[in-house]
Amino acid sequence: MGGLPLSPPTGSSLAESVDTLLHVWLALAGTVTVAIAVLIVYFAAKYRHGSAANRTMARGAALSRESRRLEIAWIVIPLLLFFVMFAWAADLYYVHAAPPADATPVYVIGRQWMWKVEHAGGQREIDELHVPAGRPVKLVMTSQDVIHSFFMPVFRIKQDVLPGRYTTLWFTATAPGDYHVFCSQYCGTDHAGMIGHVVVMEPAAFERWLAAGTGSQSMAAEGAARFRQYGCSGCHGPSASVHAPTLEGLFGRRVQLADGSSVIADERYIHDSVMLPRKEVAAGYEPIMPSFAGQISEEDLLDIVEYVKSLRDAPAGSVR
Amino acid sequence: MHPRGRFDERVLDRRVHAMSTASVPLRSNYLEAGFSLWSWLSSVDHKRIAVLYAISITLFFFAGGAAATLIRLELVTPAGDLVSAETYNKLFTMHGVIMVWFFLIPSIPSTFGNFLLPLMIGARDLAFPRLNLASWYLYVLGGLFTVGALVAGGVDTGWTFYTPFSTMFSNTHVIAAVTGVFVVGFSSILTGVNFIVTIHRMRAPGMTWFRLPLFVWAMYATSIIFVLATPVLAMTLFLIAIERFFGVGVFDPALGGDPLLFQHLFWFYSHPAVYVMILPAMGVASEIITCFSRKSIFAYRSMAFAVLAIAIIGFVVWGHHMFVSGQSIYAGMVFSILTFLVAIPSAIKVFNWTATLYKGSIRFDAPMLYALGFVGLFTVGGMTGLFLASLALDVHLHDTYFVIAHFHYIMVGGAVMAFLGAVHFWWPKITGRLYSDWWARAAAIVVFVGFNLTFFPQFLLGYLGMPRRYHAYPPEFAVLNVLSSAGAAVLAIGYLLPLVYLAWSLRYGARAGPNPWDAKGLEWLTASPPPVENFTTIPVVTEPPYAYGEAERVHD
Repeated sequence: MGGLPLSPPTGSSLAESVDTLLHVWLALAGTVTVAIAVLIVYFAAKYRHGSAANRTMARGAALSRESRRLEIAWIVIPLLLFFVMFAWAADLYYVHAAPPADATPVYVIGRQWMWKVEHAGGQREIDELHVPAGRPVKLVMTSQDVIHSFFMPVFRIKQDVLPGRYTTLWFTATAPGDYHVFCSQYCGTDHAGMIGHVVVMEPAAFERWLAAGTGSQSMAAEGAARFRQYGCSGCHGPSASVHAPTLEGLFGRRVQLADGSSVIADERYIHDSVMLPRKEVAAGYEPIMPSFAGQISEEDLLDIVEYVKSLRDAPAGSVR
Repeated sequence: MHPRGRFDERVLDRRVHAMSTASVPLRSNYLEAGFSLWSWLSSVDHKRIAVLYAISITLFFFAGGAAATLIRLELVTPAGDLVSAETYNKLFTMHGVIMVWFFLIPSIPSTFGNFLLPLMIGARDLAFPRLNLASWYLYVLGGLFTVGALVAGGVDTGWTFYTPFSTMFSNTHVIAAVTGVFVVGFSSILTGVNFIVTIHRMRAPGMTWFRLPLFVWAMYATSIIFVLATPVLAMTLFLIAIERFFGVGVFDPALGGDPLLFQHLFWFYSHPAVYVMILPAMGVASEIITCFSRKSIFAYRSMAFAVLAIAIIGFVVWGHHMFVSGQSIYAGMVFSILTFLVAIPSAIKVFNWTATLYKGSIRFDAPMLYALGFVGLFTVGGMTGLFLASLALDVHLHDTYFVIAHFHYIMVGGAVMAFLGAVHFWWPKITGRLYSDWWARAAAIVVFVGFNLTFFPQFLLGYLGMPRRYHAYPPEFAVLNVLSSAGAAVLAIGYLLPLVYLAWSLRYGARAGPNPWDAKGLEWLTASPPPVENFTTIPVVTEPPYAYGEAERVHD
């Protein structure tokens, strides 16, 4: 029993903006609700049966005119207010939808009933997420089974984590500390046990933490091994006998597709190209890539994604 | 016109005509038309079917309430110590499934809609009396089947049946549970068809569209939703069964399906279903507030158009359940603005009810207390709905207790409060007896206080970040959960009280005259309880609805 907190901790600038939005809503909604309640009580008291209140009202055309004016007022005024509030909230949502380009990626896999986290350097955590303060962090998330949702009240954000698909979430933490991560999408028996921590650290401390945790190799190095293990290099490598896109410099580039549209080659694109290769076929290539759905685990695939990412600035022919 | 359509129309026309002229000799009232169980189970009298529904939904309400009681008891302490996580998950599923499909959705339409619709428009029955009885049987069979599955084995998916959990991961009796809900859906559809035809074809002479009581308008709007949305639910539940049973990939990505497809289909039904719960409640509030203010409703036509607007716009806001689901952010924006728009007609209704009180002559009998309580709680529920329509704010509040509090303010504070208001308002008409007004008012106040104590703390819990459907929770949420559970105890007393004094009134209550509230509306012209044929002579309507006070008062 720890007293009665009225507000969750605030750990990012977005959290402050969301709180401001909430407070303005509280003021608006509170004013209207109290006004209605006061009017109801006042009318109920003043015009109670048997009271001597004056009940003569305008009649005929005068009454119609009066009530029409009132009605227009209480349609138009809320409508204008709603537009303002919609635009404000939508703007905040929109601005926060796309992660900044320099955000540090961290990979999250949800499964019944734990969060598996992996940093690009190969550091793995379970139900914990260490992040530096003051630097944007981007979570690339997927699920191994059902839908989960990664919810960090301290940053006022959550995002559903879907099987077979990547979703992202980003934040710039401001205050070092240890905060809750909840799974907020019901996911079965131990849903309430799927609670983790996000540990926000000073950047220097975070670097030390990263360094201490590099027991295994980086995700990209791991991914390179998987790339060969699953036979990807047979077609996408330098000695390929088939016509397949090279992957050097691919990540982050705009890719022309066979249907005439184009997409940015991000994590989702790489993931879907492996699992659903017919979905977005690069222009100029035959749709000959087989699907790896059901053959490759989401964890291995994340390593491969990180490997393809590491080829962003690599010269052609670096794939082995 | 199609010859068959013309034929049907002629038949109905002749029927309406015959009813409006012939004067039927008054037989016994509908309660005395037969005393055997079979006389009830085989009755096609809309009033008897309404009573059958009233008894069944009351039983389901207390079954769903029992599950809620265990949930609130578990949440008194942070640790999951009273029941296991598995049992807890089955309890909230049971609570949601029963309350949504077997209580809230049928509540006011199938009891009061059934009982009052023909009486209010001056008809002798609904258009299809046998179909009406068939609806009740479908409802009871489906309901009992699902509850059987919920009690015997349990289902742990939540009432929302989200995929792929419900199709490929849950080890409980999902197919049995959705089968019952599927069957009950047909009961809704048949009721909707019956109401729409009745309102179109069976109005008494002079009962023009804009002389219809607002309760009838509400039933009309509700019926449209029943008919258009319920088939989508049926289809969705069927797809769940197909994926689960045959392993056909529809929703599970591992089988090549799309889990968000399920959410789109489910909410396409389930959001309009929320309006199925609240529109009838709005209709009830309009009847009660005018009666106890002795005044016509403020802006009658706006009120009628508002319910239609809510029903129609309500079909295009489903995506607001999916702001954090991975749906496109642009879709999110469209659904957000549409959600703000659907709030406008609701706001109009609240303002108009308030304006109706102005210069009225207000009495505070029990039905009025429930109706005023409804307006207050619905306002809070509606306002907090706007918080959730605001995209960036929803990202934080989604799937937390804030959402739970919000929709309970609408569905329990709104719909159940109005349901109780309707029970108290029309009880004398239905049973022919008066109940203790003191106890009824006391119960109204206990319900109002208990409700706020239960659900207001949940707004705070949600903002603090407590997710819904948590069997155990971090200790900092304990104080507010204890408050909420304490409130639930008060609320339970408030809900049990009417059982006692209403049962008492059945035997010992004073006889009610035809019109104990001195109310307008055709249902008050006939005896209490009404005769089997409803009216000795079909009334001819000559005045607008709610002609309280000066008859010449202008209506608009």
